Amino acid sequence: MTEFFLMVLIVLSLLILVYLYRVIQGPTVFDRVLGLNGISTKAIILVVVMGTVYDRVDMFVDISTGYALLNLVGAFAIAKFLEQRGNL
Amino acid sequence: MIYAVNIALLLLLLVTAASATFLVKELMSSVFILGSYSFFLALVWAWLGAVDVAFVEAVIGAGLATVLFLITLFDTAPKDSRLRRPPPPLAGVLGLPLLGILLLFAANDLWPFGDPTSPPNIHISPVYLQQSFADTLTPNVVTSVLMDYRGFDTLIETVVIFTAGIACALLLREPGR
Repeated sequence: MTEFFLMVLIVLSLLILVYLYRVIQGPTVFDRVLGLNGISTKAIILVVVMGTVYDRVDMFVDISTGYALLNLVGAFAIAKFLEQRGNL
Repeated sequence: MIYAVNIALLLLLLVTAASATFLVKELMSSVFILGSYSFFLALVWAWLGAVDVAFVEAVIGAGLATVLFLITLFDTAPKDSRLRRPPPPLAGVLGLPLLGILLLFAANDLWPFGDPTSPPNIHISPVYLQQSFADTLTPNVVTSVLMDYRGFDTLIETVVIFTAGIACALLLREPGR
């Protein structure tokens, strides 16, 4: 079963790589924002799967919850910035 | 084997994000990519088993630092957030990879990760693990090290952070008050 979760980790990392391409290459800021949000959703799952591999899910769920909350604040900050500044 | 592939993938993500932070043309995108870099670093920490460090890195580095950078960008003119970078100096382009190779070469002499006979694991850690409860009556070993054995260290660190907070508050206060 651990092998399966390790494979899930690898596939999720490859998916993050695809998103990262869009974040770096993205012609507009909105592409980058969407890519960043996609990365964070994948990464929250990634942390929980890591916790399953290590048999310490309770601790890793704390990290992913904290990151999800802070990511929401970050998304609000970005949205506020774009609202005030317009298309950059 | 799969473990090695995984850590290599995470390191690839880390290096890509770190170099992209310096290569993109606008500061705003730099801030976004820096946030994702910080998060990949947190993933590496989590994968190496340092859960508390990963937590701090994810919350402070990926979450809070991005917001702080964006607040800074609020107060800059649009012309400041587009960069016209000069090409990097040749000494840096050649020297930094050489330095990296040198460091990787030196890392061969380090003890293997998780080796129970390495000096950090046999020097003082057993003393803490065996005696910390009898000495301090604190069930958590990390807390007893941080708050009892190294209490002065933590106190001075708190003083430093408090001073930095006062300095920030003085610098950012509204003028004329």
